Amino acid sequence: MTKIILPELGEGIVKATIACWHAKVGDSLQRGQEVCEAVTDKASFVIEAPAAGKLESICVDAGQEGLVGGVLGTIE
Amino acid sequence: MTPNIIIEDWGLINYLDGLERQRKCVQRVIEGAGDHLILCEHPAVLTLGRMTNPQSLLYERKEIEARSVTIERVDRGGDVTLHAPGQLIVYPVFNLNKHGKDLKAYMEELEEVAVDLLKNFGILAISICGQRGVFVGPDKIISIGVGVRKWVTYHGLGINVNTDLSLFDLIKPCGLNVRMTSMQKIKGHAMPMADVKTKIIEQFGKHFK
Repeated sequence: MTKIILPELGEGIVKATIACWHAKVGDSLQRGQEVCEAVTDKASFVIEAPAAGKLESICVDAGQEGLVGGVLGTIE
Repeated sequence: MTPNIIIEDWGLINYLDGLERQRKCVQRVIEGAGDHLILCEHPAVLTLGRMTNPQSLLYERKEIEARSVTIERVDRGGDVTLHAPGQLIVYPVFNLNKHGKDLKAYMEELEEVAVDLLKNFGILAISICGQRGVFVGPDKIISIGVGVRKWVTYHGLGINVNTDLSLFDLIKPCGLNVRMTSMQKIKGHAMPMADVKTKIIEQFGKHFK
């Protein structure tokens, strides 16, 4: 299982809102495929799948805030 | 002045055509091309960012379209904004792997570019903590919203040079109860767009070396 992590986005940024998911649980993903977008401070940041596999879970739904370093979802 | 930045001026370009060209440029920069600074203007369009509140549109879609203003959803941060002829659009397609991988610092640098640009024309502008964009007094003159893919930036700034400000009555710009202004309104006469373009290129050259 591989975790999709909200990466470091810059100094002082500790959280971001997940604007949308481009995949749903069960979808097959390629490594590097765009899976979701995080928005902070009027900047939208595209987050990619860190590994190939199936999207196993979404831990932070669209519209909710995730913490930098926190798990947004998992890939099986 | 900008040896490391490739300048492209697309003139007046339909929003979606510009977005498609911008995406291709982003891909080229991801693949190793140098930083690009794209300048253009768009026919009147409302763009809805990722965090748009439906209440930021103050009229029904058909009433907006009756004023020859189109509506498009876009993949940038922020709420709704308006683009129209007379507004200089600046799309920096920059690789932040070379400028520091820090979204907050990048946004602040864009604001500093904008403030310094306006200073060139004798306009004292400020950025306000907690509200992205650039203001002259309480009025907003420059909107900022960006997207980032593989640490390459897209979207950017909308600088109200000679914009028809009445079009902003259609929306709550950026979701705020804020009045918009323009360089033309402040100076009392239309501003030469070519001069504004020259100065913004200079400022990006100074701020992003």
